[in-house]
Amino acid sequence: MKDSFKHGVHPPENKEETNKLPIRQFTFAPLIILPMQQHIGAPSKIIVREGQEVARGQLLAVADGYMSVPMHSPVSGTIRKISKVPVISGQMTEGIYLEPFPSSGQEVSEGSPVSLDASPEEILKGIQDAGIVGLGGAAFPTHVKLKIPDGKSCEFLIINGIECEPYLTTDHRVMLEQADDIFMGIRYLLKSTGAKEVIIGIEANKQDAADLLTQKIPAGMSVTVKVVPVKYPQGAEKMLITSLLGKEVPSGGLPIDVHAVVVNVATTAEIGRLLPHGQGIQERVITISGPGVKKKGNYLIPIGTPLRYVLEQVGAADNISEVYMGGPMMGVAVSNLDISITKGTSGIIVFGEQDVSKTDKIFPCIKCGACVDACPISLNPSKLGILAKAEAYETMADDFHLMDCFECGSCSFVCPSNIPLVQYFRLSKSILRKRKTAKPAAANV
Amino acid sequence: MFSKTLHISTSPHIRKGLSTDTIMQNVVWAMMPVVIFAVFSFGINAFLVIATAVISSVLTEHALCKWSKKESTISDWSAVITGILLGLTLPPIFPLWMTFLGGVFSVAVGKFVFGGLGYNLFNPALVGRAFLQAAFPVAITTWQSAFLDGRFFNITSSVLAFPFAAPKVDGISGATPLSAFKFDHVVTDTSDLALGLVSGSTGETSAVIIILGGIYLIARKMMNWRIPASILSTVFVLSGILYLIDDKIYPSPLFMLFSGGLMLGAVFMATDMVGSPITPLGVVIYGFFIGLLIVVIRVWGGLPEGVMYAILFGNALTPQIDNFIRPRVYGTKKIKS
Repeated sequence: MKDSFKHGVHPPENKEETNKLPIRQFTFAPLIILPMQQHIGAPSKIIVREGQEVARGQLLAVADGYMSVPMHSPVSGTIRKISKVPVISGQMTEGIYLEPFPSSGQEVSEGSPVSLDASPEEILKGIQDAGIVGLGGAAFPTHVKLKIPDGKSCEFLIINGIECEPYLTTDHRVMLEQADDIFMGIRYLLKSTGAKEVIIGIEANKQDAADLLTQKIPAGMSVTVKVVPVKYPQGAEKMLITSLLGKEVPSGGLPIDVHAVVVNVATTAEIGRLLPHGQGIQERVITISGPGVKKKGNYLIPIGTPLRYVLEQVGAADNISEVYMGGPMMGVAVSNLDISITKGTSGIIVFGEQDVSKTDKIFPCIKCGACVDACPISLNPSKLGILAKAEAYETMADDFHLMDCFECGSCSFVCPSNIPLVQYFRLSKSILRKRKTAKPAAANV
Repeated sequence: MFSKTLHISTSPHIRKGLSTDTIMQNVVWAMMPVVIFAVFSFGINAFLVIATAVISSVLTEHALCKWSKKESTISDWSAVITGILLGLTLPPIFPLWMTFLGGVFSVAVGKFVFGGLGYNLFNPALVGRAFLQAAFPVAITTWQSAFLDGRFFNITSSVLAFPFAAPKVDGISGATPLSAFKFDHVVTDTSDLALGLVSGSTGETSAVIIILGGIYLIARKMMNWRIPASILSTVFVLSGILYLIDDKIYPSPLFMLFSGGLMLGAVFMATDMVGSPITPLGVVIYGFFIGLLIVVIRVWGGLPEGVMYAILFGNALTPQIDNFIRPRVYGTKKIKS
């Protein structure tokens, strides 16, 4: 069996500046801004009113249906306002402005614990009640992901400790500092999925974490820690499954189609930490790095902390010109510093004016094939790019597997002509989705 | 605090940093030793031919961009490559006005009418050379012997011939190893071929120097090594089989490898990214067809040399190869085509 997926790229890792720095607690900002849409699915439904005093850990909003999660108060304080708040997409969405009490402490109010003897359904309910979403960046509700569809079975529980994005070291630090929470989380996950085998996948640049976790495997638990080569996008679910199990997730399918469930390691730790106390997510570990900040590090930051406050605290240069949330390969550029930290924020990477190269010139595609050699799922990005320019979206999907692209950005990263390939593909996919939903409606007329 | 306007772009926010113009520049550097050896062995005639080809290619590119009201694309260096390649495929005593015409034709017909860099079906330099071969069949097969005395100072009169004047053939022409073999069955020593001690087009004579340039580009990951490997091994194996069948009629495989434009074509022309397939298997097939055609033309065709036509044929096959050879996409069973 090969020990890794095909193709991929090797961006500079840039992790050495933060991977030795222990997780530090961040201070409370004078104002917390909580958008209700921090996850994929329906926004949470607010159950508090303006002027109400809330305790840290108290429920502020409930899940609006199955494909949604609740929201807990990250601080003790007063609800100042319920109105539209800015989010990273540039839009305004429903949210809460919360002013912490000057005395707001670290203690968190407890709910009803979820026991390890609970049924799989009860555990999934507990995970939803804790407001847990994928902390790797996707922010997909974890209880939905963990639900094994009828007629399918889960054999392998894969804990994703890859963190292949450059700069990011949050999962690395979580593995080094929260091993007990991770194994507690694994116990819950084993119970809810019915998996027989647990594999923790870790990239070779985090050997210390792999050694520590191997040492700490509880007696009687069938866990293997597997170290895989450093290669982007090793942390993508499908790629990791291929690297660890030697299987491919069928096109259009899910990991469960090859009897696997993949959960991010920080998400696992959060499950292990919160469920025994019936608590909800109030904060998360975030790597702050990049040439534009002085106090680089891994910080435990309350959800809803305004980005501007975070940047002031870590000594960001005044002339910052590029900030993105997440890693540099798939993260989203920030256009407005008045947005806040959400559950999906794994990193904040800052570049000063002098660190940003002027816009790269775009040349025509010279068919060098670098993108073909980079694409982890063996697409032909060169051809797809030419088709996108010709607006032949249907051909892209029907003949060239556009919909299999998970937008890792490897093609754009290597393209010597600086063609924004992955951006073309995002656009093409969204246009196709719109056309698809538009068609049946038109037929009804 | 934080007064500057934020710069936003879509992910990925980092780039590998190798750009198309850098690749093109490196191809030019890799060809420089070949150019220097051409001037060293054929003197000022070769220098004038190569320089004229470069100047006319770049001027044509610039003029066409201006004419079509687009930003000039000469800074991507691809016109320089076209000019050098064209110059390297011409005889050292080729008249300069014809060379100039060849450069114009290469860029205008070989590249511009297809839509510019990246859209051309054929290698532009070879399109220009094919035009010259058809237009001036005598001049393009009139050779100069290598290492003539006084070659650095004496310009052969035909080089400076006035446009459209009846070409006067100078008496210094020496047969190329391939024509000597084809028409007179004279076999040239392989070591002379490898080192470039023979007559031929300006840049095709030293296989060793061409290979070094190729190794440089392959090491810098700017050239697909599978293309020359596939062409050269196909030529070697096919001509080897023929040689084993009858070594009196057929030339030795080493002679085939090191003579004529094969090395120059396999290393610097067939590897043009635009005209070659994009997948690893595709380029191997492409190389096989080019190698096959070279052997067929050289052994059974009416011409002593077939590299140019073989590569143009390979270029023409490329879209079909890319259409049929598609790697299996992750998570799918069948290959769509």
